[in-house]
Amino acid sequence: MESKSLSRDCNNPNPDPKMAFHFLRALLHIQQSAATTSFTGRRRRIKRAAYASMAYSSGARRAWSRALIHTLRRRRQRQQRARTAVALPRRIRVARPPRREVAAADQAQVLRKLVPGGTGMEYCMLLEETADYIRCLATQVQLMRNVVDSVTNS
Amino acid sequence: MSSRRSRSRQSSSSRITDEQIIDLMSKLQAVLPEARLARNDRVSAARVLQETCSHIRSLHREVDDLGERLSELLATTDISSAQAAVIRSLLM
Repeated sequence: MESKSLSRDCNNPNPDPKMAFHFLRALLHIQQSAATTSFTGRRRRIKRAAYASMAYSSGARRAWSRALIHTLRRRRQRQQRARTAVALPRRIRVARPPRREVAAADQAQVLRKLVPGGTGMEYCMLLEETADYIRCLATQVQLMRNVVDSVTNS
Repeated sequence: MSSRRSRSRQSSSSRITDEQIIDLMSKLQAVLPEARLARNDRVSAARVLQETCSHIRSLHREVDDLGERLSELLATTDISSAQAAVIRSLLM
């Protein structure tokens, strides 16, 4: 059974050195502070490192990576502010309407929410950015698998 | 000024041909795994988009799962020795 498009990358042993470097360096930092962080905190930081290494490997070249970098920075600022700020009463959330069946025309709308920066993109750009985003995601997944394999076999 | 920009964007998008859309769709189909969509089949745009969304979601899930595995491993193993192995395997 074909596992995924990743099987194409198996023949390429050097998918993305920039991505690998960034991710490994982040993992090392996370491990060095492992004694002080909880499992959840570590997991969150690793997940952030994964998306950050993806975003920085494409850098400013792609709209999705620019949007992702922006999102990561905003999240970090919010986290830092939350650590110092006083807890304020939360806004009351309105219940969402029940999900209706997604019509064919709405698929593009669904896709926009999945691709970073997608909501601001014109249709053709969305399609192009999506293809690149998927390729990059697959490379990141392959990288993480390699790291897991190396660590478990070391 | 912004209305001029959006007007020009509208007129340029109406010049985008169906061929361009078909071309972009086939490029998108090419990055989807074979198990989801046979590459040579002509499928509807809606189907391609649907499979694309589903594929992105599964990749996001994989990043989450692998991140969790790594989180467990970091607690127990020292990765600095494994790093050399990973770097070597990546550069060879």
